[in-house]
Amino acid sequence: MKSGKITAWLLGAVILVGFAGVWRLQRNIDHVKSSIDVEQDQLAFRSGNLVKKLSLEYAPLMAAIYWTRVVQYFGEKHRLHQTNLDLLWSLLDITTTLDPHLMPAYRFGSVFLSDSPPRGAGRPDLAVELLERGIKENPDQWRLYQDLGNVYYFDAKDYPKASAAFAEGSKNPNAMIWMKVMAAKIAAEGESPETSYFLWLQVYQTTTDPMVKENAELHLKLMKVELDLKEIDRLANKYEKQNGHRATQIGELVQAGLLKELPSDPEGYPYVLGEGGKAELNLDSPMLEKQLLEKNR
Amino acid sequence: MFLWALLLANSGAGSALTGRYGFSKNRNMLNPAIEIENLSKEYPFGFLHLKKKRSLESLNMEVQQGEVFGFLGPNGAGKSTTIKLLMRLIFPTSGTARILGKSIEDVSMHQQIGYLPEQPYFYDYLTAAELLDYFARIHGLKAGDRRERVERMLKKVGLETAKKLQLRKYSKGMLQRAGLAQAILHDPEVVVLDEPMSGLDPLGRREVRDIILELKKEGRTVLFSTHILSDAEMLCDRVGVIVGGKLRGVGTPREIVGIQAQGMEILFELPGPAGEKKLALLERATKTGERYRVQLPEAELYGDLDELKAAGARILSVAQLKPTLEEFFMNLVEADRAQANAVEVSSQ
Amino acid sequence: MRNVWVVATNTFREAVRDRVLYNLVFFALLMMGAAVLVGQISIGIEESVIVSLGLTAISVIGIFIAVFIGVGLVSKEMDKRTLYALLAKPVERWQFLLGKYGGLVMTLAVNTGAMAVGLYVVLWSVKHPLERSDWYVLMAVYLILLKLGLVVALAMLFSCFTTPFLAILFTVGIYIAGVFAEDLRTMQAMDITPATMKLLRGISYVLPNFENFNVMGAVSHARGVPASLVWHDTAYTIVYAGIVLIGAAMVFSRRNLK
Repeated sequence: MKSGKITAWLLGAVILVGFAGVWRLQRNIDHVKSSIDVEQDQLAFRSGNLVKKLSLEYAPLMAAIYWTRVVQYFGEKHRLHQTNLDLLWSLLDITTTLDPHLMPAYRFGSVFLSDSPPRGAGRPDLAVELLERGIKENPDQWRLYQDLGNVYYFDAKDYPKASAAFAEGSKNPNAMIWMKVMAAKIAAEGESPETSYFLWLQVYQTTTDPMVKENAELHLKLMKVELDLKEIDRLANKYEKQNGHRATQIGELVQAGLLKELPSDPEGYPYVLGEGGKAELNLDSPMLEKQLLEKNR
Repeated sequence: MFLWALLLANSGAGSALTGRYGFSKNRNMLNPAIEIENLSKEYPFGFLHLKKKRSLESLNMEVQQGEVFGFLGPNGAGKSTTIKLLMRLIFPTSGTARILGKSIEDVSMHQQIGYLPEQPYFYDYLTAAELLDYFARIHGLKAGDRRERVERMLKKVGLETAKKLQLRKYSKGMLQRAGLAQAILHDPEVVVLDEPMSGLDPLGRREVRDIILELKKEGRTVLFSTHILSDAEMLCDRVGVIVGGKLRGVGTPREIVGIQAQGMEILFELPGPAGEKKLALLERATKTGERYRVQLPEAELYGDLDELKAAGARILSVAQLKPTLEEFFMNLVEADRAQANAVEVSSQ
Repeated sequence: MRNVWVVATNTFREAVRDRVLYNLVFFALLMMGAAVLVGQISIGIEESVIVSLGLTAISVIGIFIAVFIGVGLVSKEMDKRTLYALLAKPVERWQFLLGKYGGLVMTLAVNTGAMAVGLYVVLWSVKHPLERSDWYVLMAVYLILLKLGLVVALAMLFSCFTTPFLAILFTVGIYIAGVFAEDLRTMQAMDITPATMKLLRGISYVLPNFENFNVMGAVSHARGVPASLVWHDTAYTIVYAGIVLIGAAMVFSRRNLK
């Protein structure tokens, strides 16, 4: 039996080596595939109804699977810094057709369908369609009205409709008071920084989806930058009035007692005064890139 | 000169008939064909496989070359287990065995062995000829040789007419015969048959018996297992009795039983009422219909036969009265059961 | 080694005569016929649909055959004891296993080939002169065959140590796991610790990755498949199936037959 044991060990070793080979080959294959994968975004079936029929009784399970695909798809795009999110709508459409009560799909979808590239697909119209379906199937979910309001307000820039959405949502006994307040404010003023900041804060504080939260945080930071820069400009003008010439460095504003200390952006980089004494982001700050993208909408 | 010619003729005829090569070289008159040493097999069973069932316990047995050895025992006694161990279909828990001097772990040794499994079943969609051809190729026989042998085997087991039929259409008896054919196809020295008679009608059983006798005549060693005692008595040179996983006895059927014939029994008919008066025998005889049956000590046989002859009786049969293997068997099984009960009772 | 060939050819003969096989292939051809109808409905992407559906049919039916017959190869033989007579012959158990595998791969190749021919017939009927790009379909079919070769090896492995039913279950399970193996590697789920991530990555390499063989997307849009992918996939199947078969042989060599 001795030879039997030796053979067994030998074969075991061969198997281990084999797995090493498998690993090596797999990496090569991945490499080859990624070069042709650019065009691999494929959805065999784009019709939600068709998929639902094919799923037989397992529609909720399929919905979960598709929802996972949405997350994977989005995450992958994010990771590869790719910006075409063509399939996002189809995937979400199918997911919500399979399971009309899958709330995360609506809430996530509304954010990333309507938000402009590179963060989202830039299709507020699709987001509205998604949300309206969601509302129809889940009329008691007032948060969907909140999302609808956000879409109209931020991306579609349709303030009457935004106000209407918030108003409608506020009718729900569970809705928070601010829905009513916002409805009125937007009806009266349309867009305003305080409103924007408040709405994003709501999203940031209440969402459980990490990607949505990250997105909201980004928007909040951008808003903060905008507000900060506005404030610094205001102080700079005050300085100019007081001293007759424009400050060239923030430090001078501090010395003049207009600012308590050197203000920094949300990433921790101090603001600077650029050409013409206008407040600007620090060149090293990562916020700069994001701001530029924002400006190029 | 004469002897030399005879030798030549023998070996020449031998190889022509059986195609054996190197047979005489390998044949060592002293070595047993099959040697089993302390072979044991345990099966784990029960919840979590904690309990062990001993289906074979320290078997020690030998089968001599050229003999027909019957492996007897009731169902579940361990006969099939032993044979499967020999064929390396299952692995022993302990112990070894050798066939023709080579360890059972040597797969090449299978070239010299023919095996018929219990209740054989073969590939549904092949014909008998294809099946045999397949096995012949495994044995390494060349194309021309194969064809000839397959034909011969099919004829030998009486499947010639059915050779183009797919095996799934075969009756049980036919499958058994096909199994036999594949077992002896390659001219093995040792033939091992697991319950070769099972499921066969009397005609089939007779055919199998004839084939076994033929194998013996050809000088092969035959080991077969059965629980049909009359077959064993009729065919075997020696018999091994196994009950409950243990070997209970080995020897000629007569040795096993241990006693000589006790007497004789005559079956006869009488021509007419005229003969009846004269026979004293009739007092001891039992009558069923027209037949009389009388038992008498062996010594008296010829005297009684003369008497019957004088009376003009028609002798139907004269047979030995002996306790059969059957009785020996039954006693063993009973003893076993009694012991098992005793153990159970004592352990409670 | 000669024994391996003998067992292989016999397995092939046995499998090919099994009527079930014909039914399955017929079904696949039916699907392709249906593809023509579907193609008629969707304007402009007829060929794409036919190729997609055709390849899907070949893949699905192929998997069916691979799993059920792959399991049957060893399980059925052990169950019905056709194995007993054979193993009592001068043939090693690993030779038996390898021969079975070879026979089934041959069967699969023939079936897949037949279905591929069917697919080409359908394609030709829709789009008369076949262009160069249509030959890529053949490559896709070849990759599917590689995939089936791997599945069959797995089916045989499982049937070596469990009942036929469980073996089918395990094989299908591993197949599904293998389809998602790649996703496991690029997992983008929320709270995964780096340690878990590493573990998942490791698992994703160990599992057979069936996504490697999927070029349906490219081929249905008449885009080519790089030759290096074909070579690598071939190597992958050989190595992986090799490992699996070694494992199967090791298990089978020690198995007590009932």
